[in-house]
Amino acid sequence: MTDDMQDLTFEDALHELEAIVAQLEAGDLTLEVSLALFERGQTLARRCNQQLDSASLRVEQLTADGEIVELPSP
Amino acid sequence: MNLFLDSGQISSVWTVSELNNYIRELFEIDYRLQDVEVRGEVSNFTRARSGHLYFTLKDDRCQLKCVMWRSSAERLRFLLEDGDAVVVGGRISVYEAGGVYQLYADHIEPGGRGDLALAFERLKQKLAEEGLFEPAARRSIPAFPRKIGVVTSADAAALRDILNVLRRRCPLVSVLVAPTLVQGPEAPAQIVSALQWLDGRDDVDTIIIARGGGSMEDLWAFNDERVARAIFAARRPIISGVGHETDFTIADLVADLRAPTPSAAAELAVPSLEEIRPALDQLQAALTVEMQAIVEQKRWQVQTLARALVHLSPRAALDNNRQRIDGLLARLDRAGQRRLERERGRLAVAQAGLIAVSPLATLSRGYAIVRDEHGRIVRSVQAVASGDKITVQVTDGGFGATVEQEK
Repeated sequence: MTDDMQDLTFEDALHELEAIVAQLEAGDLTLEVSLALFERGQTLARRCNQQLDSASLRVEQLTADGEIVELPSP
Repeated sequence: MNLFLDSGQISSVWTVSELNNYIRELFEIDYRLQDVEVRGEVSNFTRARSGHLYFTLKDDRCQLKCVMWRSSAERLRFLLEDGDAVVVGGRISVYEAGGVYQLYADHIEPGGRGDLALAFERLKQKLAEEGLFEPAARRSIPAFPRKIGVVTSADAAALRDILNVLRRRCPLVSVLVAPTLVQGPEAPAQIVSALQWLDGRDDVDTIIIARGGGSMEDLWAFNDERVARAIFAARRPIISGVGHETDFTIADLVADLRAPTPSAAAELAVPSLEEIRPALDQLQAALTVEMQAIVEQKRWQVQTLARALVHLSPRAALDNNRQRIDGLLARLDRAGQRRLERERGRLAVAQAGLIAVSPLATLSRGYAIVRDEHGRIVRSVQAVASGDKITVQVTDGGFGATVEQEK
């Protein structure tokens, strides 16, 4: 996966995927452009699914000394 | 039983009923308890099916059980609710069977406001006039926050509830907790600094301020003016989840979104990933479907053009023309043949005719052609004299001859 894909937030990836599907639905694109969009869309969908699957809540808390510590998950 | 003890009673053992009865009679002697007015806050209010009202009247230290019979309750001009500050008029007596003393109410008046309620109303009015509650001032809550800040007590159930909801609903987010006291006189200042610390961070997208249920006094920190102003001044959107469903604090009125409980605040803060998953699957499927449709369309376009091309190809014209030429040649041939046949026919006829009138035919019948020595044809006896040389042509040849005597 390219670097830019790694930095993409879930929300941005999802929105881009929606936009791509809308473009393909509208038609009127060349075959080459369509294929390129299709591949990008597949990559985005994979990224979103990956994020969903690996998500686990990260909780941090400010201590009295002003440090931020991570709370263990239950 | 005689109320005044005689020596016989001091040492005997009471039954419960005897004792309770004695106590009731003690109460009923005291004239001051027959007509009392008591100020307090209503709690544990219930209306029995019989129509009788039961509630507790309390102040900050003690409580008093109350009952109002239906006949009196029907005359009440307002509905009684927990938390109401009231003045109850009636008599104090003893419910013997239960062993409790009670205020038997025959009238209830709304109590002049308690200090807290008054303060609440005054602050609410003041802040409303300044525009802190204006809907236009509300910030919108981001749909996909990456980090949620939480201002609450570190040990209380409110935080656990919030984390459970976030974990279940959207584990993609992360959480940053700024612990604080949530009641008592030091709470407002701590709430404000926790809020400002979270608000100042760039990674926090939405802030939840939360506290579990309690009485008006318990929640009082969230009615503090400093807290209200800090919420209003924050740049991040703030969701308040303070107390129970029916509690409304000033913080709730200033916040960008009010939730009835801490759990509800967490629900409002994040999207549900389980709802997003099917949408994601659908998008992925649509991607494939659309791509296939595009390929099919392009394929169809190619085929249509290819067919059109065949139609327009010079080869077709060539084949066409070849065929035409062959056709024409054939016709020409046939025409020529017919003509030939006709001419041959004519020739044959002419030939036959010619043959019929041909001198050669005559010759074959036995006639001869006689020519003189000059080659001139002899037609008459006058043309020759005896001794002339002549040639005689017959059908199959000729010979010479000499004229003899004329016959």
